[in-house]
Amino acid sequence: MLTRRVIPCLDVRDGRVVKGVRFQGLRDAGDPAERAAAYEAQGADELVLLDVSATPEGRGHALDTVRRVRDVLGIPLTVGGGVRVVDDAAALLDAGADKVAVNTAAVRAPEILGMLAERFGCQCVVLAIDAASTGPGAWSVVVRSGTERTRREAVGWAREAVHRGAGEILLTSWDRDGTRSGYDLELVSAVSRAVRVPVIASGGADTSEHLAAALRAGASAVLAASIFHYGDTTVAAIKAELAACGLEVRP
Amino acid sequence: MPEPVCVIRTGSANLASVVAGLRRVHAAPEITTDPSVVRAANRLVLPGVGAFGAAMAQLQQASLVDAIREHVRSGKPFLAICLGLQLLGPASEESRGVDGLGLVDSRVARFPEGLIVPQLGWNRVEPADGCRLLQEGYAYYANSYRMTEVPSGWQGATSQHGGPFVAAIERGAQLACQFHPELSGAWGRELLERWLAASVASGGMPC
Repeated sequence: MLTRRVIPCLDVRDGRVVKGVRFQGLRDAGDPAERAAAYEAQGADELVLLDVSATPEGRGHALDTVRRVRDVLGIPLTVGGGVRVVDDAAALLDAGADKVAVNTAAVRAPEILGMLAERFGCQCVVLAIDAASTGPGAWSVVVRSGTERTRREAVGWAREAVHRGAGEILLTSWDRDGTRSGYDLELVSAVSRAVRVPVIASGGADTSEHLAAALRAGASAVLAASIFHYGDTTVAAIKAELAACGLEVRP
Repeated sequence: MPEPVCVIRTGSANLASVVAGLRRVHAAPEITTDPSVVRAANRLVLPGVGAFGAAMAQLQQASLVDAIREHVRSGKPFLAICLGLQLLGPASEESRGVDGLGLVDSRVARFPEGLIVPQLGWNRVEPADGCRLLQEGYAYYANSYRMTEVPSGWQGATSQHGGPFVAAIERGAQLACQFHPELSGAWGRELLERWLAASVASGGMPC
């Protein structure tokens, strides 16, 4: 039986892992390749690496970072941040990514999802959605690291993206990101019910109860950054707690 | 001394991961689309992601179809990954009307309706008694289609996703996996090591 996944996320800026709150106030959290190897050893099921560099110079490090991580990493690697055109995705895959996440570019020009799926297969195409609550049961898509709110509604956007070729949804609650107050379960549930591809819940994880709740709400995988980066807990400890809750995880 | 391994470039595959995985078990992967290099190879790897029809078209265009068939029929060391396994069959529901390599007799079909597809994640692998390379454990999958029956002449392992499907098949130093050994952590690395050791034992001509 397919197990649920626990996915540490490396936000990388200028070649270093960083983490902030609601995408702001970034703190250093180590070297990407060292963190990646440590998470694999702890039992991480997959890694997501998001390039959050603010400048083109910073982005120049991204391919090199992906290569360095790939050399040491024997589990799947999803890379996102700065993918504008199909060739950007091809370069990341050549450098060692297994999946590519697109966000702003897909909102601007949704055709990119179909182009990526046609060239690389839908299992390679992850749509990252940053969703901000606009009221009960309603979320709008935000882009440009949360600085710009769009007119798109998050659940409908997920449905459209899957129709266009996305094979997985990386769903981040902008309101909860980095706050460690728990995932937005209503959002996770709404999107998981709307699509038949895997949904990765992201934004707000603090405890194994939070992760278990997101999985019960319909997520196939849970993503977390802050709780792992600063040594508060390990992937192995979290997975043992999820297993104790009756959730099927890879031992 | 690193063991040379020929890796066929099938266009869109996650070649960097395959190459990195092979290097971690001390193989020396050489990427090629040249039929004469494939014909001279002792160890051949057929990776693949993307669509069945597009991959077969690329193999045809590069005149690789016969070279791969000869290699597999000769019994020389061979490793197929993900779509690479499916290409061994006669056809796939994914690309109707397209002939596969026709080296095994099992059909390839989409996972049943109602499941989360693509299957992305780790699933338990259960080898049948006769398997020598394949062992029990968890492997990473990324697929929407799968082989439904272990083909005749091969030993197989299965996993469950809406019923059993073919996780991998093996025959001597030939191994074809629906999962990605290069992304299956320590378990996958050990499987690659056993395959490489079996390929050395079966006569280690240069790549």
